[in-house]
Amino acid sequence: MRIVDDLTVEVRAGEILVVVGPSGAGKSSLLRLLNRLDEPTSGTVRLEGTDYRQIPPRDLRRRVGMVTQTAYLFPGTIAGNLRFGPEQHGIELPEPTIDSLLIQVGLAGRAGEDVAHLSGGEAQRVSVARALATSPAVLLLDEPTSALDAEAKDGVEKLILTVQKHNGLTCVMVSHDLTQAARIADRIMLMKNGRLDKIGPASEVIHAGGDAC
Amino acid sequence: MLKELFTNQLTLGCAQAAVATLLALAVMLLARQRAVHLEHETIVALVRGIVQITAVGSILVLLLKGPAWTSIFLLAAMIVVAAKMSAGRSKGLPNSFQISLYAIGAGAGSVIALMTWAGVIDKMITSLVPIGSMLIANAMNTNSLVMNRFRSEVESHAGLIETGLALGADSKQTVVPYVQVSVQASLIPAIDSLRSLGIVWIPGLMAGMLLSGARPVYAAVYQFVTISMIFSSSGLTALICSLLIRGSAFSPAEQLTLRPRAERAPAVRRSAQA
Repeated sequence: MRIVDDLTVEVRAGEILVVVGPSGAGKSSLLRLLNRLDEPTSGTVRLEGTDYRQIPPRDLRRRVGMVTQTAYLFPGTIAGNLRFGPEQHGIELPEPTIDSLLIQVGLAGRAGEDVAHLSGGEAQRVSVARALATSPAVLLLDEPTSALDAEAKDGVEKLILTVQKHNGLTCVMVSHDLTQAARIADRIMLMKNGRLDKIGPASEVIHAGGDAC
Repeated sequence: MLKELFTNQLTLGCAQAAVATLLALAVMLLARQRAVHLEHETIVALVRGIVQITAVGSILVLLLKGPAWTSIFLLAAMIVVAAKMSAGRSKGLPNSFQISLYAIGAGAGSVIALMTWAGVIDKMITSLVPIGSMLIANAMNTNSLVMNRFRSEVESHAGLIETGLALGADSKQTVVPYVQVSVQASLIPAIDSLRSLGIVWIPGLMAGMLLSGARPVYAAVYQFVTISMIFSSSGLTALICSLLIRGSAFSPAEQLTLRPRAERAPAVRRSAQA
């Protein structure tokens, strides 16, 4: 059984593409293939025209950041988490950059705080800042608000829109919530049984039968 | 009581084995009552144990009369079997047999070779094979513990490991904390044996030496030597295993392959473009 099958899609530079579909549609599996956390059994992904198998996995992942449903933070401080990605490439993240990232995600002045004391929404904000710290060109977001309460969800949604504009990012976000997709997306892609069902501007896809999920 | 019933040593041995087996089966049934199912594994292990030790014991009687060099082949065969058994305990871990073979071979093998060269272990087959087998058996247990613990640590921290990978971390570096925990946990039995030597337990080798007429102090010191060698070979095995095992959790493209079962098996056809 193929979890993602017969799927060709082009993500435009600087857009937010939200992938929507019911549970088991293959949304998260697709996202994992995009930064090569999983290997396609056939087919490939091209990043700016280059087959991503030609790019060393570590370089690819620096250019394609990822925020997961659960914010897996490394034990220690917020600053330590932000430094982690650049350190893997031999770069020491300067203090002003840390401060600037924390201002972007609404956690100004909290660099030295232990991540163990953060709420779910705050942890997800740190997770977004940590992904941005490697200056990626593409940001993958796997249901980043599904584990949050309504208030935190609203805050993270706004944060995604802000950082996407501020950093000129290309975003691919997975969501099971069509109304959330309509609020965020430039384009929506509907997936069903591992295949592409519909893709287009939010209003068009919703009008054409977004009841699928 | 049994000694009064059986005067012949062979029949006495059989009766003692039967009583010990009954006790093991009783424990197995007790575990079953607590929903811990060890039936199949216990019965197979008991049958294998009695058949193996009887067969090997009979062969050893013949081999121990042979030239000293035959002990090298005996010990090499023991290492291969130990690696196979240890690998069988780590299903799902890629290359577990090769990792076990290299770790046990280098860990126990080097200690046996060094200690024999130094004169700590006697070159005579009657000394080299029993002591060597003790070192190999303990190295096997340690190797199994490292691999089992490593697998469960990686599976339960898959999210954190993949977060590290997604941030561009070197795959082997992402599992360093779990390798350290696994090695430490695997060496607990060897360290405890050393710590409790003479107080909690007086191992068989010392008792055997005393019965065969060795001086008690020398028997005691040699027991310490043996347990120290067990610790060294176990420690070396654990360290070598920990070096080899890191890469086994990842594919060449630095993808975590050792994930909880429910999360495995993605696939795609055609292409995506970003």
